[in-house]
Amino acid sequence: MMETRREQNLGIVVAGSVEKGTEVRLDSSASVEDMVVGRYVTIDGKKRRFFGMVTDISLGVTDEEIAISPPDTADAFSAEILEGTATYGSLHVLPMLTISDAVSGINEEPQPVKTVPSHFSRVKLASEADMEFVFGKENNSNFYIGNPLDMETKLCLNLETLVKRSNGIFGKSGTGKTFLTRLLLIGMLQKSKATNLIFDMHNEYGWAGSFEGGKGGVKALKQLFPSKVAVFTLDEENSRHRGVSTDFVVRIGFDEIDPEDISLLRQTLNLTEQAVEAVYQLKRHLGRSWMQETLDMSDSDEIEVLLKNLNIHESSFANLRRGLASIRRLPFLVPHAQVNAVDSILGYLDRGMNVVLEFGRHRDITAYMLVANMLARRIYQRYQEKTEVAMAGKVTPPTPLVITIEEAHKFLNHEIANQTIFGEIAREMRKYNVTLLVIDQRPSAIDEEIMSQLGTKITCLLDNEKDIEAVLAGVSGKNELKTVLARLAPKQQALIFGHAVPMPVAFRPKDWGTAKSYEEFTHGNDSPEKADKDIKDLFE
Amino acid sequence: MNKIGEIVESGSSAFTAECYELHNIPALGSLVKVTGQETDIFGIVCQAGTAGIEPGRHPVARGKDETSEEAVYQSSPQLLKLLRSEFQVLVVGQKTGGRILQYLPAKPAHIHAFVYPCDSAEVKEFSRSFDFLNILVNNRLEIPTEDLTAAALREMSKEQTDPRAFLVGGGKALTSILSGDYRRLKAILARLKQ
Repeated sequence: MMETRREQNLGIVVAGSVEKGTEVRLDSSASVEDMVVGRYVTIDGKKRRFFGMVTDISLGVTDEEIAISPPDTADAFSAEILEGTATYGSLHVLPMLTISDAVSGINEEPQPVKTVPSHFSRVKLASEADMEFVFGKENNSNFYIGNPLDMETKLCLNLETLVKRSNGIFGKSGTGKTFLTRLLLIGMLQKSKATNLIFDMHNEYGWAGSFEGGKGGVKALKQLFPSKVAVFTLDEENSRHRGVSTDFVVRIGFDEIDPEDISLLRQTLNLTEQAVEAVYQLKRHLGRSWMQETLDMSDSDEIEVLLKNLNIHESSFANLRRGLASIRRLPFLVPHAQVNAVDSILGYLDRGMNVVLEFGRHRDITAYMLVANMLARRIYQRYQEKTEVAMAGKVTPPTPLVITIEEAHKFLNHEIANQTIFGEIAREMRKYNVTLLVIDQRPSAIDEEIMSQLGTKITCLLDNEKDIEAVLAGVSGKNELKTVLARLAPKQQALIFGHAVPMPVAFRPKDWGTAKSYEEFTHGNDSPEKADKDIKDLFE
Repeated sequence: MNKIGEIVESGSSAFTAECYELHNIPALGSLVKVTGQETDIFGIVCQAGTAGIEPGRHPVARGKDETSEEAVYQSSPQLLKLLRSEFQVLVVGQKTGGRILQYLPAKPAHIHAFVYPCDSAEVKEFSRSFDFLNILVNNRLEIPTEDLTAAALREMSKEQTDPRAFLVGGGKALTSILSGDYRRLKAILARLKQ
């Protein structure tokens, strides 16, 4: 029954252009009220089949007079005659892909449309088979992320393709970004062949995350995949209170902090340009222990000599000391760390483990930026070296790494995007096998250049005009997508577009918590039973 | 089927027939046919009337002292010979080689050819297509074409198994012919209602 309905003829193409899409006149047998904006249709052209989306539905009359003096509403006879002839419904369909050769009937790789179907081509609702062809089938590399809105077809992402570029998840606060991220991380863990490094500012991904509106917590990655995930923490006490089984407590030595790290914190620490400049000179002069020494200096004569030698102004020095002192107060900073956190993280990553770094109570942005930047830069350098060696042909290149960062606009805003390592990772993309997963609620604050480098963007509801503009910049069919984006439900609906999907799709992330969803999740893990258990655990 | 008249004036688009019996005129809008050697011609009765045989002699009133119309004819039996009924038929199609074609025949009907009313099966066969409506709607006749068109569809609907569906179908066909003229369409639809 369902199938016949989907095969139903809707109408014929009567006008169109590549830029604006095609105009489809509805058959009199199809009711305009059954049509829905966002529904997928296929158009049987003479040479190829097109796959498109209904973007508008309108009512038309052949003679304006009808609108001026419509038939009596009690006159069912006239109304029946006029319906579908003198008065008709029309659809605006935006063809997005060509999916097969109409002559041979053989499906081809979906291609973006470069033409329009010819006049009077028949338009049908897309069949399940067409949808599956376009949106992919669940398999070892395709991860079932959700269903296109109002549809039962599965939307599957090829995660190997996805992680080849940096990606972004956007949405207002409370629209389900964390939920989506968790889903995507689980998918990547299972199917992407990449390892993840997650800077978990709000302690949501490693261990029991919070679940808005739900009862209790939701189990997270470490509980689901204990053999694949290592939880690092900056705040051992907090982790212990929360009952997290941590693998490593991160301590960062003052001697590991470089001038570049301080320079990024210029705004957050309220440092002057001169103060930042002074850091470089101090490092050159004092060596690795520059920070410790700078803070410990108490002899005013000694300071005076030093400042004179280095030509640093006294007020800049005072400004710097104040800033450094506030960093020093961070409990995870120690004069000298016994074990190098970077080496430790890399050790896990090399073994194919995923690392979640919890920040515990240190949720302020200074700590987050300092740590994320420091670690990411060093890890990136190692990857760069390894990849270069691999390029020389001696060894295999390192496993692709995906770094997840939250509050991304703080790292990637217009002022500092050029300085932070994340800006570089986003721009240099996959050259060194490191990509980003950017999570943010203010995409407009992220540097345009970075935004344009993101391969796939998933966005939940956004209602700020600037944010919408920023997310959709450069996408074809932007105006149509704007309407779709603005009409997303405030929760559990998202729009995905870019590299990893053949066309933009509004979808509802996978339904969690039903027995069926557990079954669907079993592919691609170590064993179906294990995955099943993992998923059941997730919702306990 | 009995013949009802004989052609007395013929043309490509229309012909006039005289009834064999006074007042025995087919209904306005009804389908009639003229059989020929190769081609049967179909037409719609579009005009009819009764008048004196001689153009110069106008009938006079005779019933002042009679009680009914029949009584007038009974008391003046010569009237049946002095008057004649005629009807005009608009040619709307033909049947050639067993196929119904809803456009004008190559040659007009012969004078003195017989005119037959169509039976139910013939009406059904002919009315499978609504292409003939175009000829009806676009004719300049004395009679309002809206009335004629509606009459033709009503007459045909009587022979259909689902008259209403037939009228709706005819109405839809008219809608596309009269797509730029809603007023005329509305006038016809008003006359189609039962």
